[in-house]
Amino acid sequence: MGKNSGLTRRSLLARAGAGVCALTLAGCQKLSESAWFSKVLGVGENASYRTQRLFLSRKAMAQEFTEADRSPAFRSNGTSMPNNPEYISLADNGFTYYRLKVGGLVERPMSFSLADIRVLPHRTQTTRHDCVEGWSAIGKWKGARLSALLEEVRPKPTVRYVVFHCADPMEEDGSSPYYESIDMEDAFHPQTILAYELNDEPLPIANGAPLRLRLERQLGYKMAKYVMRIELVEDFSGIAGGKGGYWEDQGYEWYAGI
Amino acid sequence: MTGSTSSDSTGCLYYRHSLPVRIMHWLMVLLLPILLMSGLNIFNANPELFWGKSSYTGAPPLLEIKSTEDDSGETAGVTKIFGRKFTTTGILGASNGRDGELEERGFPSWLTIPGNRWLSMARRWHLFFAWLLVINSFCLVGYSIFSRHLRRDLLPTTNDWHSIGKTFRDHILLRHPTGAAAQSYNILQKLAYIGVVFILIPLVIMNGLGMSPGIDALFPGWVDVFGGRQSMRTIHFVVAWILVAFTAIHLFQVVVTGFWNNLRSMITGNYRIKSEAEHG
Repeated sequence: MGKNSGLTRRSLLARAGAGVCALTLAGCQKLSESAWFSKVLGVGENASYRTQRLFLSRKAMAQEFTEADRSPAFRSNGTSMPNNPEYISLADNGFTYYRLKVGGLVERPMSFSLADIRVLPHRTQTTRHDCVEGWSAIGKWKGARLSALLEEVRPKPTVRYVVFHCADPMEEDGSSPYYESIDMEDAFHPQTILAYELNDEPLPIANGAPLRLRLERQLGYKMAKYVMRIELVEDFSGIAGGKGGYWEDQGYEWYAGI
Repeated sequence: MTGSTSSDSTGCLYYRHSLPVRIMHWLMVLLLPILLMSGLNIFNANPELFWGKSSYTGAPPLLEIKSTEDDSGETAGVTKIFGRKFTTTGILGASNGRDGELEERGFPSWLTIPGNRWLSMARRWHLFFAWLLVINSFCLVGYSIFSRHLRRDLLPTTNDWHSIGKTFRDHILLRHPTGAAAQSYNILQKLAYIGVVFILIPLVIMNGLGMSPGIDALFPGWVDVFGGRQSMRTIHFVVAWILVAFTAIHLFQVVVTGFWNNLRSMITGNYRIKSEAEHG
C-alpha cells in the first residue's frame, strides 16, 4: 500500500471520527429536547431526593459559620427590585402596611404584620448560600422559625407542601410571579426561617425584603424572596406550571438538595 | 487478568480481562465523557473557580473564563489562570454558538452537553449519569477487592518498584513488553489503574457530592476537610481534567501497543501474546 493511500485512509478515518462525534452530539441535543428522555433523567432527581431523605436525619443541620467567614457583600441574584406597583408602594412605606397572608389547608388562616413576625420564636444563623450556578456566599440571617408560624395557623393533616407566593414578577409585563414550594420535613426543620435581617441589618430589598425564606439544605432558587403569601397544599400541580416553583416550571429540579 | 493461555496459529491467546471488568470498563467509556461534557455546561453557568468556603472571600478566582470586548469592540475570550491572562477567543470565553455566532461561553458548544446554554438540562444529565458512575465505581472497587483482581493484578510487587525507572524509560522510548512480560501489567499501568479506580474517581465523586447542600449537612463541617465548598468545586474540576489526561495517555498506549489486540481483549477478554522471536 503506497504512502498516499495511507494518508487518505488516515484522513478518511479522521473524518469518520469527526462525523461520529458530530452525530453523537446532535443525538444528545435531540435527547435533551425530547420529553421522554428528560423524564428518564428525572429518575436521578428522584433517587437523590429519596436517598438524601433516607440518610439525612430529619434534623441534620446545615453547616454554620463564624461571622468572620461572612462574604463582604451578600450577592443579589435574580430580582433585585420587584417590578410590581403594589410591592413598590409597600416598600415606599417601609413595609408598615405589609401583611403576610397564610392560608390554604389550615384550621386558622391568618395575616401577619412584620411586628407580628418579629415576636415569633426566631433563629439567627450564619450559613452558606449555594446558587445552582455554582457560586456560594456566606451571610448571617435572622428570622422567624417557619415551624412557629405554621403552628399558629395549624395545618390540616392532609397538608404535604408549603407554597410561597412572591411579589416579584418574572416577566417584563408583570406576569409570572415567583413562587416556590417545600415539603413538610423541610418546613419544620429548625434552620428553616423567614428571614427579616441580613448581617444585623434589616433585609435589603435586593435580598428579598421584607421576608425571604432560608432553606439551608437546598440551593438558592428554593429560597423565595419577597414572600407575600403562604399557602399550605396537598398538591401543587394546579399552581402556575404545576412543577412547584418558577424555576421548576422552567425545567429545574424541585428537589434542590444536590 | 485471570485465565489460561491457549496456543493457536498466530501465537498465544491469553484470557486477560474478566467479563465484569470488561462491562464496567465500557460503562466508564460511556459515563465519563457524558459527565465531563454535562459538567462543563454546568461550569459555564459560572465560569470561575475559587479556593475556600465561598466565592466572596475577597480573593480573586484561581481560574476565570470570560469574554470581554477588545479595542475594536469585538468579543474576545479571555482565560485568567492565577491572575495571568490569555486570549482564548474561539475556544474558551467566547466561541461560536450552535448558530455560528461568536458569543460569550466558557467552554465551547462542542465540548458541552447540551450544546447550548441550558443549565437545568445539563444538571439533569449530570446528576442522572453521576448515579450510574457511583454505582459502577462501587461495583468496580468491590469486585477488584473481592475477586482478588486488585491483589493479583493491580498491586505493585517489590520487583515492580525496582523496575520503575526502566519501565518509565521503556514507555518514553515506546518499547513495550512482549512474551511472558506482557501477561501482567507493568508498574506504570498498575499505578495508573489503581490511581483512577481507587483515588481519582472516588475523589471526583466525593468532591461532586461536597457541592450538594444536602450532603453537606450529613456531617457538620466535613467539606472543610477539602477547604470548603468552593475548593471542592475546584478540586472536582481539576480531577475531571486529570481523568481526561489519563484517558488521552491510555488511548495513546492502546494504539501504540497494538490497537486491535487491545480492543479485542477488552471485548472478548482474549489478548494475543506474540513470542519474543516473532516480535523481534
